[in-house]
Amino acid sequence: MAKKMLYSLTLNGEEVEVASARDATLLETMRDDLRVLSSKRGCNQGVCGACTVLVDGKPVRSCLTLTARCEGHDVRTVEGLPDDPILMALQKHMTQAGGVQCGFCTGGMLMSARNLLAETPRPSREAVKSALSGNICRCTGYRTIVDAVCGAAEELAQ
Amino acid sequence: MTEVLFPDSIEQAVALLAAHEDARPISGGATLVAMRNAGLVDASHLVSLDRIAGLGGIEMLDDGRIRIGAMTRHAETAACEALTGSLEVLRQAAGMIANRVVRNMGTMGGSVANADPAADYLPALACCDAVLTIHGPGGARDIGILDYVEDWYETALEDGEMITAFTLPAPVPVPSAYRKIARVSGDFATASCAMAMEPDGQGIRVAIGACGPGPLRSPEAEAALRGRLHDPVARAEFAQALADMADPIDDVRGSADYRLALIPRLINSVLNHLTTEPV
Repeated sequence: MAKKMLYSLTLNGEEVEVASARDATLLETMRDDLRVLSSKRGCNQGVCGACTVLVDGKPVRSCLTLTARCEGHDVRTVEGLPDDPILMALQKHMTQAGGVQCGFCTGGMLMSARNLLAETPRPSREAVKSALSGNICRCTGYRTIVDAVCGAAEELAQ
Repeated sequence: MTEVLFPDSIEQAVALLAAHEDARPISGGATLVAMRNAGLVDASHLVSLDRIAGLGGIEMLDDGRIRIGAMTRHAETAACEALTGSLEVLRQAAGMIANRVVRNMGTMGGSVANADPAADYLPALACCDAVLTIHGPGGARDIGILDYVEDWYETALEDGEMITAFTLPAPVPVPSAYRKIARVSGDFATASCAMAMEPDGQGIRVAIGACGPGPLRSPEAEAALRGRLHDPVARAEFAQALADMADPIDDVRGSADYRLALIPRLINSVLNHLTTEPV
């Protein structure tokens, strides 16, 4: 049995063909085979949230998602939303509020926050904390990240 | 090297599971892929259930019972308005699993198949008197949730079998609730309590999680508590009966003694909540 399979994925709006291990996770395919690097391998257990991506608009852990199951689905990372108004507002407020330090959690944090604001345009501070509770940050202490998401929500509502 | 297969029907999936000794069914991947990443599972084949119609979703049957497909994700269960009254406990448990992102992935069948004693569904399903439907090479069979868990991480699932659905009794308009003690939001339970009022308001159904290989439930103790829900002595005896059934372990989430101490406190707290809760 060949070690690798050829997969057809829709990654960040582009159709890509990629040879990846038969049981590769989406994270492994993105980072190791396609060099799309905003999703990070933190725990590889679905706990830390640094690998969070959007599949059909819903945030999932790419480290727990088999690439084989992604064919026919729309996969998005930070790289694939360059003109997205919600992501742009989040990025601006993250830098302004000091929500980025080492940056390891940021790609996943933005995907979780982007989905929250897409589904709940004016979330309470508690709702923001709850939505980000699956994204671990070891630098900021979270307050600045919550400030940034609330700030972005406020700006988008205007 | 693990191969991923995509059967189109339950029959095909079961045939593939039976044909390959080290095959595992995979639905959301929240548990199984994490175990693969940790080197705890080395399956020859992963049998994906993605393309099998009818394994997901929640429906009310003609007789009022609720059927939950094994591939129903936690997020859908947590948002399901049909899980009300006596079944609210299951909706609450689903909403306390991990976090928003993992709840988009994990499924009830996957969680229950893994049978982690500290996971949230087992006590909630035990409180609801849930029945599992299991498909295997010989066809389908039903089994009650309490008979399903046999020991630590050991279940009634035989080789080549997989869970396909959960059936719950029709909801009754009485209060029910799930509460868990956990170190941080989204962690597995240190101890948990699922409780529902009986239809006549005189008794309760209670299942304790994370204090033994399976959920703790005692129909005898529940019968002894009937009509005495506000009697502190009866409550203490009830809690003691469940603590006597417990077989807790020491782990990073808490000591066995701590878990034993949590059982009466959880029961009192949830019972106080149910007896003051307007339906």
